[in-house]
This record gives sequence, structure tokens and C-alpha cells, in this order.
Amino acid sequence: MTLPWWNVGAVLPALLLSPLLLGLMGKTKALVAGRKGAPLLQPYRDIIRLMGKGAVYSRTTTWVFRAAPAVSLASILVACMMLPAGPLDAPFAFAGDLVLFAYFLALARFAVIAGALDTGSSFEGMGASREAAFSAFAEPGFFLVLGVLALKQKALSLGPILGGADVITWDGQTPPLVLAAVALFLILLAENSRIPVDDPTTHLELTMIHEVMVLDHSGPDFAFILYGSALKLWLFGAVLVSILLPGGGPAWASMALFLAGMAVVAVLVGLVESIMARLRMARVPQYLSLAGVLAALAALLLMAGGQP
Amino acid sequence: MNPATLALAAPACLLLGALVSVALGRRSGAAGTVAVASCSIAAVLGGASAIEVLRTGMPWGWTSAWSLPWASLSFGMDGLSAFFLAFILVLAVPAAAYGRGYLAHHGGSAWTSASWAFFQILVASMAMVVLARDGVLFLLAWEGMSVASFFLVIYDHGKPEVRSDALVYLVATHLGAAALAAMFGLWGREAGSLNFHALDAAFPGGKVGWVIFLLAFAGFGSKAGLAPFHIWLPKAHPAAPSHVSALMSGVMIKMGVYGLMRVILLTGNPPRGWGYTLLGAGALSAVGGVLYALAQHDIKRLLAYHSVENVGIITMGLGAGLLARTSGMETVAVLALCGSLLHVLNHGLFKSLLFYSGGAAAQAAGTRDLERMGGIMRRMPVTGGAFLVGAVAICALPPFNGFVSEWLIYSGFFGGAIQGAGAPSAALFVAIPVLALVGGLALACFAKAFGVAFLGEPRSEGAAACREVSAWMTLPMVFTGAACAAVGLGAPWAIRLVAPAAQALAGIRASFPWEAPDGSGPLYAVVLAGWALLALVALLLGARRLLLRGKTVTVEPTWGCGYAAPTPRMQYTASSFAQPLLAPLARLMRPSLKKRRPKGLFPEKASYASHYEDPADRAIFDPAVRLFERLATVVRPLQQGRLQAYLLYVLLALVALLAWEVLT
Repeated sequence: MTLPWWNVGAVLPALLLSPLLLGLMGKTKALVAGRKGAPLLQPYRDIIRLMGKGAVYSRTTTWVFRAAPAVSLASILVACMMLPAGPLDAPFAFAGDLVLFAYFLALARFAVIAGALDTGSSFEGMGASREAAFSAFAEPGFFLVLGVLALKQKALSLGPILGGADVITWDGQTPPLVLAAVALFLILLAENSRIPVDDPTTHLELTMIHEVMVLDHSGPDFAFILYGSALKLWLFGAVLVSILLPGGGPAWASMALFLAGMAVVAVLVGLVESIMARLRMARVPQYLSLAGVLAALAALLLMAGGQP
Repeated sequence: MNPATLALAAPACLLLGALVSVALGRRSGAAGTVAVASCSIAAVLGGASAIEVLRTGMPWGWTSAWSLPWASLSFGMDGLSAFFLAFILVLAVPAAAYGRGYLAHHGGSAWTSASWAFFQILVASMAMVVLARDGVLFLLAWEGMSVASFFLVIYDHGKPEVRSDALVYLVATHLGAAALAAMFGLWGREAGSLNFHALDAAFPGGKVGWVIFLLAFAGFGSKAGLAPFHIWLPKAHPAAPSHVSALMSGVMIKMGVYGLMRVILLTGNPPRGWGYTLLGAGALSAVGGVLYALAQHDIKRLLAYHSVENVGIITMGLGAGLLARTSGMETVAVLALCGSLLHVLNHGLFKSLLFYSGGAAAQAAGTRDLERMGGIMRRMPVTGGAFLVGAVAICALPPFNGFVSEWLIYSGFFGGAIQGAGAPSAALFVAIPVLALVGGLALACFAKAFGVAFLGEPRSEGAAACREVSAWMTLPMVFTGAACAAVGLGAPWAIRLVAPAAQALAGIRASFPWEAPDGSGPLYAVVLAGWALLALVALLLGARRLLLRGKTVTVEPTWGCGYAAPTPRMQYTASSFAQPLLAPLARLMRPSLKKRRPKGLFPEKASYASHYEDPADRAIFDPAVRLFERLATVVRPLQQGRLQAYLLYVLLALVALLAWEVLT
């Protein structure tokens, strides 16, 4: 069993550019609202500033709270290593890595939830409960999307699954792919705590989900959390972009196309956040089942289309 | 020594230990030590013989005539028996050691010594179940297992709820045994003998085959705790002492899985319908188990429902393996079956770990109610860490063992879905989101159980006064926790324990190419990802230490969003935690909610209580009990306690028999 370690450079775009997605999103929202907004590079400044700060820990917490940000960021980083970036193959690619990818993201979530419950705060408990619930409802949809892609490409590794999957060159298989992409976008919004599921800019702790879970983290720990959520957004965005954009051609061209696609995803999320209100909490399971149903429909179309 | 002698010496040693334990009478501490010793010796003997069979791949059999009618004294060991024998005997050792500490505060009593004897009888009879190669012998060992475990469950017989829960278990296990007796009877009639060799050659196809399968499914399924035969499980596990719950939940219920696998092996060529049945029943168990686990507040009942879930996952893997096998996808079948078998081992490890640590916490806090625990991590660091390891492992999160087996099962599903065609592939594809949903719900459930019971501030005085338990109890946790990590981080080696059995179940006689790219080669990569995670965590923790050097690090109260006087009672409760998950399913799960809303401008009292009754109780168990009671009322007039009436019955019976003899 040899892994393509030499592809380790494929991780660099995610590591370097993921905070830019947050910046782009913020800028989009500001422009739509008629404000000037924070500079594009503000997330980088935030992360660097937090790295230089001291830390405050709650008296209630144990080592679980202190380990949570590191475990969370580490597992997102491992997930990063399994994802190809445009034309660059992933350094950690093997048959079945798509399941590993999803479960490392789940480990990151478990760590943050455990850290939140360690503070004994009722607000953080509330956020943890909602995060756990909504992610559980999103999980079948996400696996269905992965299943649809695997079924189409007859492969079990993210590289071949995403490399050859694009709407434009798929004769006759465009509808299931579009459905899967829409489902994935809905899940992207939910998993990354965006409107209409969660509002990262809300000011009331009672209504937050992700933000309230990390209230007690500070300094480098909070920098890890912030960087981790930027990376997670990048991961979901990269899967989405790889479905929609064609591969092939010269490497620099598809790399440019991939990066442009990522920017479009960030702007799109910013637009959704600008024009939509968030859903009532009780409606979120329905929203997530919609994503699941769309993905299931895609699978059905694909299976029916695949039969002679 | 030859493996047959070694293997049979193991149960013999355990039975001898049982006799010594009983003889020790009121010195129950010594009886416990005897149990630990006999289990350890048995583990070495049985483990050595199992490893010999697994290493050489040479099964053995040993038969002798027996004076019992239709029976022969037949034993044997193949890959499947070897794996299960090692699994049973090795996991019995930490359970015995833990029990030695757990029962210490009960003081010396002859009943405790007797309980130790039953413990060893239970382990010995489980070993006999997997070694037996004859129907009668199998049923005898099975019965020994059921009766011994009943006496273990009823240890706290002073409490009425323990008596009634143990009774439910006794009835359920005997209904299962009745189904098995019928199965062996029906099959033996075709074969002319109950010896497994004869059964092997004579499996009837068609309708009789299906009846045999359904009887096996009901009988073994009720032992395994497959829904809807699981009703005894959430009752018996909380009632039993924790080391017994660990052994029953981690090991004994797997005898049902063993039975199903043995039947499949004996049939030679199982029909495809069995695969669908097992996959569907497994999915039902997995989803139902985890949903009802989410609704529990009792830590041991919650763990019991997770056993229903995990047996469901194991059965899904088994069903997927059969579907793949009957569709000509051997590689996929081996992957799914390896996952299923490895999950047997993994569930045994992490469920034992969870019952040890959860039981220790419950004992120390004086309550099994999650809402009255909290803050135990600070007070019992080893126990808390053990529960965390178990929780991560059971949620199938890397880098622990649960992930490896679920990854194999997922690989079976994905592989079957993309390679094959038609209905089997579609069924395997549908299983993917089901397992994903189960995974997400299990994560939520263990975040709840671990977070509410072990983290935060203590929610009761009992929880605040917790102290770490003795080394008798912590060492088994360290052992099983380390085993969880070892299987997770050394999976390519652990897989060798189950590979021969998986190949036999997949119908592959030749040795399987493990290093092939489509086989288990990726397992190395899975394990490597776990190591990479550990390295990155260490790196990030080191980086944080460097960043914080020379900075001010202060310890303050938790941020209360401006509220200055929080109390531990204001923490988020387990019921609240599960609410967003369960509320959308209220119509399905039909909880009984008791609400008292706050009223008026100065509300005084408000309360909220939720109770989720098991639908199997509501739909199957309660009506069955009512029916039985009605029948009993009809028959009751016969039983009057008057000797004359009984003499009359004897006379009437004699006359009836005579008449029958004369007339026919």
C-alpha cells in the first residue's frame, strides 16, 4: 500500500487561502448592505492576533476543554489531506477515503461539542445540542451525495470521484449531478453554521448554534477554532466546485478555474446570507430532509438511468 | 499440547473454579479472586488453542458416543469458533477483575460467592456453545448460559424491580431457546441426526429452509437483542451489577450473532432472501436502538439500547455480506463480513469499557440518573477518561477501533453499490445513509451521555462527593481502553483474527489476497490516518504551549452571558440535549410528556418530565403478557390445592392414555 505522499502540495491552497473565503463572504454581505465592510484579509489578522494573546480558562473545565480545539483542528487537517485541489491529487488517497473524510469531520464536531459541555454553561449546552442534532440530520444527505458521486464514477476515492465529475461533460447524467450539487450546497450552509440554519453574526446567545459553543475559548485555542471553521468551509466548497467544474486541460488553467469557483461559492454564500432570514429552529430538520430527499432523488435518477 | 485438549481444558478450569468459589462460602472476596484466576488461566489455555487454529488454518473436531438420546459428544473448532472462543475468554478476565472491586463493598456473603460461581459457569458455557458440534450439546450449553446469566442478573434480588426485570429476561431467553429447539428438531428430522456434520450435508431448501431460518433468526435474534426481540435487554442490563452487564452486553449477546453465523455456515449456500432479511432487521435495530438510547436518562439503560444499535450494525454487515456473496461479489462480501466480525470484537471491547466506567461513576455518585451526575471527570479522572475513549470508539470516530469495523462495513456497502447491479446493489446503497444516520445519532447520544454525566459541574451532592474507584476497577478500564486503541491503530494485524471466519462465511475456500488494492490494503491507510491525527494533535498542543509561553493565562468562572449567580441546576440537561433530535420524531416515538408550564406574573413551580416507552413493549410484550394472563385465568380453576382433585386428574389422565392406547 503506497500513498501518493508527493502530492502534499495539494493541501497548500486550503491551508493558505481558506480564511480568504470568510473575508470574501463578509465583503459580499457588506457590499449588499451598502457598507464598506472589513478588509478582505481581516480573518487572517484575527487569527494572527488571537495567536499572540494569552488565554482564559473556565474554573469548571478539565483537560477535555483544553484538548478540544487542537483535536478539532487536527482532524479537519487530516480531512484536508484526503481532498484533491482542482488538478492536484490528494496526498492521502485510497479506496474508501470518502468515509474516512466524513468521519474525521465528525470527530472535529465531537471534540468541539465535548469542549462546550465541559464549561457547564447552559448556553453552550444549548448550542452543543443543536449542533449535534442538525449534524445528525445532515449526515444521511452528505453520505447520499458521496454515494451518488461514487456510483457515477465507480470509484471509492475522493480523487477519481471528484476529478472526473463535472456537470458540463456528463452526457445525459446532468440532472442527478445538479440535484446532488444543490443538496450539497444546502448541507454546506448547515454544516458551516450559515444562514438559513445558523447566523454567525447574531448578538443573542440564545439564538446562536456554533458561535455559542465556543464562547469560552480564547487566545490560540480560539484561533484554532476559527481557522478550523475556515478550513471546513473550504472542504465543503472544494467538493461542490469539483462536481460543477470540468477537469482536464492545462493544470494552471484548471487550477485558476478551481480557485475562481471557490471565490464564487464564497460570494454565493454571502449573497444567501444577505437576502435570506434564518429559519425557525423547528424548521431546520425539514430543511435538512429536503437536502436528503434531493440527494436520494439524484441517486434514483442515476440508478434508473444506469440500467439498460 | 494439542489444541483440542487446550480448548476443552478452558471450560473445565472455569467449572473447577466455580466449585472452589461456592466452597469458599462467606469469604466472597476470595471467591472473586478465584474467579479472576480461573478466567485468566482459561484465557491463556483457550487463547493459545484459538491462535493455533487461526495461525495454521487447521480446524479440528472430536466426537464420542454419548448416553443421551439423539446426542453425541462432539466438539470442534474452526476459524469462527476460534475467534469467538478467544473473544469470550479474553474479555471475561477484565470483567472478573472489575467485579472483584465492584462487589467489594457488599461485604462477604455466601450469595456473592455463589454469584461468582455463576459468573464462571456463564463463561464456561459460552465457551461450550462455540465449541459444541452437536445440537443437543449446543442447546445444553445454551441453557447453562441462560440460567447462569439469570442468576447473575438477579444478584440484587432484594429490589422488586430487579426481580421483575430478571423474570422478563428469563422468559425472553427461554422463548428464544424454544425457537432454537424447534429449529434443531426440524433440521435434525431432515438430517437424521443432530450432529453438525449431518446437519451440514442436509439443509433443506425451499419453505422448510425458510422456516428453519426464521426460527434461528428469532431464537438467536432474541439472544443478540435484535429488534423487536430486544425487550429484555434494556431491562436486564440496568438491573445487573456492572461487571455482569459488561459481560452480558459485550460478550453474551454475541452468542446470538455466533449462532446466526454458524447456521449460515452449516447451510452451505444461503439464499439471497436471508441477506435482505438480515440487512433490513439490522437497519431497524440500529436506528431504533440509537433513537431510544437518545431518549434515556438512565446511563445503563442508555448503554443497553446502544447494544441493540450495535448488534444491528453487526447484522447489517452480515446481511450485506450474504447479499454480496449471493451476487457473486466475493471481495465485497469479505469486506462486509470482516467488518461485521470485527465489530463483534470492537463492540465487546468498548461496551465493556463503557459499562465499567459508567458503572463505576454510577456507583460512586449513588445514582444511574444522568441528570444527577455531572462533574465526575474532575473527581474520577481515570473513569472519566475511560468513558471518553469508549464514547469516541462507539461513535465510530477515528482513531479508535469502532471506526475500523464500520469503515469495513461501509466499504462493503459502497463496493456492493458500485460493482453490482439490480436489487442487491440498490439495497446496499440504501444502507449507506441509514448507517450514516445511525452514526450521527450515536455521536449526539454519546456527546450527551459523556457531557452531562462527566463534564460541567456536579448536579447532585452524590456526584460532588465522587472519589476514584480502586485499582481492581480502574485496571480493567485501562486494559480495555488500550485494546480499543490497539485495534484502531493496528487494524491490519487485528483483522487476522477474523479473516478466516469471514472467508468461510463469504464462501471463499482459498486464501484471500489481503494485500490486493481492492482488498484490505487500504486498511493500512486508514490506520495511518489515525496515527497522523495523533501526531497533528501533539503538534498543535505543542504549538499552543509555545504560543502561550510568557502570556497571562488566567482561570475564571465560566462566562454566564452576564448572569452572575449561576447554579449547577441551570446546566443544560440530558433531556434538553436530546430534545431537538427527538421533537421532530415525536409522532413516531410517541413520548408521554408531563408538562407544568410556569403561570402568572410570578410563577412558582414548573416541571417537565418525558418518558419514552419502547414500542416493542407496547405492541408485543404487553399484549402477549395480557393474553397469557387471560389464558392463565381460564386454566386456574384446575389448580385448587386440593389433593382429591389432583388424584382425580391423575386417574383421568391414566384413563385417557389407556383409551388412546386401545383405540389406536
